Amino acid sequence: MTSNSLVYLIALPLFGSAVLLLAGRRSDRWGHILATVLSGSAFVVGLVQFAQMLGRSNDQRAVTQKLFSWISVGTFKVDASLMLDQLSICFVLLITGVGTLIHIYSIAYMSHDLDRRRFFAYLNLFIAAMLLLVLGDSYLNLYVGWEGVGLASYLLIGFWNQKPAYATAAKKAFVANRVGDLGLSLAIMISFATMGTVSFAGVKEQAGHASTGALTAIGIMLLIAATGKSAQFPLQAWLGDAMAGPTPVSALIHAATMVTAGVYLITRSNFIFDAAPTAQLLVAIIGAITLLFGAIIGTAKDDIKKALAASTMSQIGYMVLGAGLGPAGYAFAIMHLLTHGFFKAGMFLGAGSVMHGMDDEVNMRRYGGLRKFMPITFATFGLGYLAIIGVPPFAGFYSKDKIIEVAFNAGGIKGITLGGAALLGAAITAFYMTRVVILTFAGSKRWDDKAHPHESPALMWLPMVLLAVGSVTSGIIFTHGNSLQNWLAPVVATSPAHEGELLKPAVVSILALVLVLAGVGLAIMKYLRKPVPSEAPTDVSIFTRIARRDLLQDDFNEAVFMRPGQKLTEVLVATDELLVDGAVRGVAHITQSTGRTLGMTQTGFVRSYAMWILLGAIGLLATIWVVTL
Amino acid sequence: MTVFVAPSLSYSLLAPILIVLGGAVITVVFEAFLSKAIRPVAQLSVTLGTLVLALVQVWRIRHESSLTAAMGSVAIDGPAILLQATVLILAVLGVFLIADNEHFTVVAATLPGSEEERASIQSGEKLTEVYPLTLFAVAGMMLFPIATDLITLFVALEVLSLPLYLMAGLSRRRRLMSQEAALKYFLLGAFSSAFFLFGAAFLYGYSGSVSLAGIYDAISGGTGNNVFLMIGIVFLSVGLLFKVGAVPFHAWTPDVYQGAPTPITAFMAAATKVAAFGAILRIFYTSFSNAYWDWRPILTVIAIITMVFGSVVAISQRDIKRMLAYSSIAHAGFLLAGVIALNKAGLDASIFYLFAYGVATLGAFAVVTLVRDSAGEVTDLNRWAGLGKRSPFVATIFATLLLAFAGIPLTSGFIGKFSIFSAAYESGNKLIVVVGVLSSAIAAYFYVRVIVLMFFTDPADDGTSVIIPSILTRATIISTFAITIFLGVFPAPFLNFISSTATFIR
Repeated sequence: MTSNSLVYLIALPLFGSAVLLLAGRRSDRWGHILATVLSGSAFVVGLVQFAQMLGRSNDQRAVTQKLFSWISVGTFKVDASLMLDQLSICFVLLITGVGTLIHIYSIAYMSHDLDRRRFFAYLNLFIAAMLLLVLGDSYLNLYVGWEGVGLASYLLIGFWNQKPAYATAAKKAFVANRVGDLGLSLAIMISFATMGTVSFAGVKEQAGHASTGALTAIGIMLLIAATGKSAQFPLQAWLGDAMAGPTPVSALIHAATMVTAGVYLITRSNFIFDAAPTAQLLVAIIGAITLLFGAIIGTAKDDIKKALAASTMSQIGYMVLGAGLGPAGYAFAIMHLLTHGFFKAGMFLGAGSVMHGMDDEVNMRRYGGLRKFMPITFATFGLGYLAIIGVPPFAGFYSKDKIIEVAFNAGGIKGITLGGAALLGAAITAFYMTRVVILTFAGSKRWDDKAHPHESPALMWLPMVLLAVGSVTSGIIFTHGNSLQNWLAPVVATSPAHEGELLKPAVVSILALVLVLAGVGLAIMKYLRKPVPSEAPTDVSIFTRIARRDLLQDDFNEAVFMRPGQKLTEVLVATDELLVDGAVRGVAHITQSTGRTLGMTQTGFVRSYAMWILLGAIGLLATIWVVTL
Repeated sequence: MTVFVAPSLSYSLLAPILIVLGGAVITVVFEAFLSKAIRPVAQLSVTLGTLVLALVQVWRIRHESSLTAAMGSVAIDGPAILLQATVLILAVLGVFLIADNEHFTVVAATLPGSEEERASIQSGEKLTEVYPLTLFAVAGMMLFPIATDLITLFVALEVLSLPLYLMAGLSRRRRLMSQEAALKYFLLGAFSSAFFLFGAAFLYGYSGSVSLAGIYDAISGGTGNNVFLMIGIVFLSVGLLFKVGAVPFHAWTPDVYQGAPTPITAFMAAATKVAAFGAILRIFYTSFSNAYWDWRPILTVIAIITMVFGSVVAISQRDIKRMLAYSSIAHAGFLLAGVIALNKAGLDASIFYLFAYGVATLGAFAVVTLVRDSAGEVTDLNRWAGLGKRSPFVATIFATLLLAFAGIPLTSGFIGKFSIFSAAYESGNKLIVVVGVLSSAIAAYFYVRVIVLMFFTDPADDGTSVIIPSILTRATIISTFAITIFLGVFPAPFLNFISSTATFIR
């Protein structure tokens, strides 16, 4: 099926971004309205598409639109085409829906910022690029969107780049993403070299004939791409610093949408990973490592946004783990992605609301007892909290438990290890999220008298409320009659989840709940029963210190990559100057002096010129004589 | 007793040349009878009108093809039409520059520095002899590439050369240098013409014919004395290579380019090269094609040393006109690579290159006429420093034309070089391609050096400035710039036109 309206999904926000950037200060007064309306319009287009899709039978739902012939070199042809199928519509609705809510939120949140128009221009740019990412029908089209969201992310992290630390954070995110992007471009090249095509449909068709080695290579490259964009181990270090951006950005880009692009990429490439078991296992391992990594960092953070960022990293770890479990896990990875989109975006907006009321204070040790002053924020944040730790019937319970369950069912040592990690992660999640809620909303007040905590305006709490509704209901909706699983079935191969069943679903749920309760209980003991010092205690164990230093991720990167890299560049620069430039200068010098010497033949005397002509004629005769001899 | 048979001439096919010659005669008459006051305007109008009329006639006969237009002395075919049109277009653009009388002395016969010279300059009169001279030269240039017998070739060679010798000596400033250039050009031109004639005699001795077709038949038959053929080819080549400025017959080029008035240099550098290469292409492609393995080595050697010599010596030049002269030598080498290819692609590429190079050359010299101080044109490169800051528009155009010379993509020069070298590669001559590309790299250095000088060096306060060009000069500069960019970005229609038109008839 083809459709002519897919392009509007991208064109509307792109148009907004262009208008706002080109019109400049002239659009200061109405720019944010235009951007919000255009984002909302894209959401409406998405809803219409969704409704039409529901009206068709399950195998007829995908629609495509060819925009133009992009590259045509010999046999290599790439069209700029869009494809909307059951997987991409999930993302389209998430991106435009949550995106629009965050646009609305930002109108109030950024109202005092002189550059609010530019902020909205970048937000619209992000929406357009992210939609291109999920709508592209080939890896190359996806790559354009992939780079586009990277750019938008960079611009928004560094939005307040007058602070050097923020500019550095933006640069760090950009560099880490470049490493991942390299993986994606290599994957595209390998797939072109081995299969001669880069479109999803083409690769899917060819995957059956390609060698396992090539598919494994593509899979690993795609995984590297995913670890960069989705802040997975070992490219995770940028996400914490990315919190330098305005909080709505953290909610939209660095929690709900962009950072989940890696999960989209892996799920979209299911035909590659299903044919390359090694790469698929690696995906699951990376997911498991990251979910623990993020969770541990989350326990040690006092900065509310960084704690939430660590939590995001950990939750995406769950999704990657799910996607790494193959046909049994794809649907649950996407489900967790969607539920996470609701509750994490809601909590970030809640954090923004708290900061808004607390003069941009982010240290949770300076909060305390805020529930009385910000009841709506507390309620919505609380619902998100219940969702993330997986209390039934909130959304996270359904999606996370399914992933844990599928992990155990992977069988053998693999199943026990992955499932155990996921289960442990759930306990730690419960601990650190309870800690965040207690430090912020419960206990006694620890802020100084200058702060006047107050509830945020309706433009801000309304999106939070809507997201909270999603956090409560989405899990039930997605699992009711396996709706999401059946919906996605034509895109990702699904398999019955219960082969070689190790633990019954009910056992998993009970086990998880017990561990969650233990985590919550430990946090209550530690932070509610005892007074919380408003300065972080320094006489702590080595483990706490390591966790505070983000498990030494920056120290590791600095020691292993940055310093040797700097040394290498120094050596290369020196080599370049001595050898390369030296050779160039030498050649230039020789050429110049040759030129001067030859120029001396130009004596200015006609007699010598005539002699040259004569000699030339004789020389030619000699040459021809030798040649024809 | 033989009966006199009146020659049959196809006047419509010969009309372009006849129109130009007729215009030249009219300008001579004007020179004698018109008052000095109206002469400049009248001569300019007649000259431009003649050239445009001839161009229109060339366009009208573009699909014609005939060997008998003048009893077998000339061939009208695709390359002939294309080359004649190129010469005429370059002539029109060149006359736009020549119209600026500021460059020319008033009475060329006065002794430099004498009282008479001063008086003639103070009289405020303007030199107009240059117009008939230009038209005669153009007529010769149009005849040269279409001539099909050695006698006609020699006549054409002299018709195009003699006016140029005179025109080189007409400079108003630095008259001694200008007259020296004219004399050198004349002496060496005479010397090389002698070679040409000598070569023609040997070829006649070899084949018993002066027509290119007759020589072709003799070579195909293989009955003649091969020593005569070899000497004939070599000596004829010397005469032709002298005109295009190939090493070692190039020595006049820098001196004449520098000494001649800049508009004349522009016209000469662009149009002479077209005419001479046109003749070379016709002779080597039609007449000598079966002696390919004999002349290929000598032309290859010449092409290689020409490319390398031109590029390397240009690096150490300090004068913009001399630098452009050496650059033109290097370009002659690149063009020879197209001749040596001896295939259809080589012919097409050479014609394209000639047009693109001619246009860019005219534009570059046109810019040179603009950079002046109180004593006239400033050609010392060091004094061009910072030009880009003072006159960004003119400097940008000049930079673009230099990039075209260097063969940078999106300019006509890139397309020209690419098609020449790919034709040479196709013919199996890899050595010449490698040397050509390396020389281009060397050449890029001195072109870019001028750009760096103009844009990235601070201007010295020494009175160098860019004058506001006359409307005609402006037309030349802008149209050469536009053509250079257009042919670089969108060459396909023009290339297709050339390749569908350019086929020699024998």
